Amino acid sequence: MDIIELSAMEMKTKLKNRELSARDIVEAHLERIEEREGELNAFITVTEEKALEIADKIDRKMKDKEELGILAGIPIGIKDNIITYGIKTTCASRMLKDFIPPYESTVVERVIEEDGIILGKTNLDEFAIGSLTDTSYFGATRNPVDLDRSPGGSSGGSTAAVKAGEVAISLGSDTGGSIRQPASYCGVVGIKPTYGLISRYGLVAVANSLDQIGVSGRNVLDAALMLEAIAGYDKKDSTSVDMGPVNYLENLKEGIEGMKIGLPKEYMNIDIEPGIKDKLMKAIKIFESLGAKVEEISLPNTEWALSTYYVIAASEITSNLSRFDGIRYGYRAKEYETLDELYINTRTKAFGREVKRRILAGTYFLSNKHVEEYYKKALRMRTLIKEDFDKAFEKYDIILSPTTPNLPFKQNVDNDPFIMAKSDIFTVPVNLAGICAMSIPCGHIGKLPVGLQIIGDRFGELNILKAGYAFERHSSIGGDK
Amino acid sequence: MITKDEIRNMAELCKLNISEEEIERFMEDFSRILQYVDRLKVMDTDGVKPTYHIMSGTQPLRDDVVKDSMSREDVIKNAPEEQYGYFKLLKVMD
Repeated sequence: MDIIELSAMEMKTKLKNRELSARDIVEAHLERIEEREGELNAFITVTEEKALEIADKIDRKMKDKEELGILAGIPIGIKDNIITYGIKTTCASRMLKDFIPPYESTVVERVIEEDGIILGKTNLDEFAIGSLTDTSYFGATRNPVDLDRSPGGSSGGSTAAVKAGEVAISLGSDTGGSIRQPASYCGVVGIKPTYGLISRYGLVAVANSLDQIGVSGRNVLDAALMLEAIAGYDKKDSTSVDMGPVNYLENLKEGIEGMKIGLPKEYMNIDIEPGIKDKLMKAIKIFESLGAKVEEISLPNTEWALSTYYVIAASEITSNLSRFDGIRYGYRAKEYETLDELYINTRTKAFGREVKRRILAGTYFLSNKHVEEYYKKALRMRTLIKEDFDKAFEKYDIILSPTTPNLPFKQNVDNDPFIMAKSDIFTVPVNLAGICAMSIPCGHIGKLPVGLQIIGDRFGELNILKAGYAFERHSSIGGDK
Repeated sequence: MITKDEIRNMAELCKLNISEEEIERFMEDFSRILQYVDRLKVMDTDGVKPTYHIMSGTQPLRDDVVKDSMSREDVIKNAPEEQYGYFKLLKVMD
């Protein structure tokens, strides 16, 4: 038995049946990390000692017949923009390269409470701004499926680590597709939950009206398990919503007989690689064979989503990243003579090029002279985009699309940021509307994976999980593990 | 069209130092960014309310109760410069 090939659910069962100890599981994964990290660079920090310590604690609990949490024994990766108490949290930026948080994020608190085993902090684009995981201060991450290609981004480290068997599940963050797009490119399941389902306390904010913590796993059940562990109201995040307990694992096997699925006609006019369109059509056939009803719908404001997103995201980035001033924590420039110089030299030295470009753009959109024509305009467009979805979800349970219009990009070539941005066309509207979505593998073109996006209404996680689970079992690429 | 002076002005506002060479590059990037977002101007959004936040209007209040906070030792650990348990900074007032 190869431990790293087990699903998270299987690891859990084998731990419970005493076929494996938590230490066995952790050691196998640490070995895998040792083996693969040289070429992948999915991790910024590996917390080997701490992981083994927790594993032993869980094995002791087993021995003492204490009750275990739902993540017991499962090796987990945490994106390095999610705060971990006492463990370096860098945001892949020079600005925070030595930052050791004095508090714990709520999601990590929940992972620990549920006996999950954190193996380390995963790589990302600097401050989660990017779609290739190539702007990290600690170097680019490679796609385990094809080392010449990017794993996508910005949660590229979290996703690559799951795909490569370095961890079983991981946490990432998704502001405009940063979990779903890498999930598509690496061939795993990635979920961006509804805005408000999961506490963002301890997620380093970049665009806080769009940011959401989410999960990836190698199949739907594993992803659902992690989601169930971290979902729920948190008094430390006033935007989190009290929806009562969730029971995804119990209910996601219900089947999708009679489910109503919308297929946006506007999405079909977008420039999609032909092979990807074929996979979408095949997926639709599978959903129909499972008893779902697929109909064409309209999301008329689709074409404005990318521009709207760019303005809102850049504006919020500018505002959020203004807290990095070199005073209380983080990098401080060595040379300065005035306070102003301290700020300027610190920020100029410690932020990378893409981050600076967004800060500058946001400053422009928010400036007195332009705030109405750009920022306020984009906020109004956001309303229209959100209303499109509200209307669609009055009649439909889920909406289908490709996750990305293209296959993974080559890594380490001079990719055009504007072409990159266009690859977010299907993911960005979901963040603008604050709804939920999953990317699930739906086949390959050559060896490269293709992702299907299943979009659900606000707090419609159960619908996308049911659909994803049913699809995975009946397509040839996934399995019931 | 955005001017060099506008870029210098923005850089000053957001506390960044931009070299002449970078200004050239940002100008090029900016003209593309603006081309891209200027498309929104053709849309009629009169009377449409802005969405600042999906959850607008639901900010819960809590009682103001004194609780433990982060340890001073942990917090000061991250200070780039500290002295006597405080953040060290240039003199900002005479």
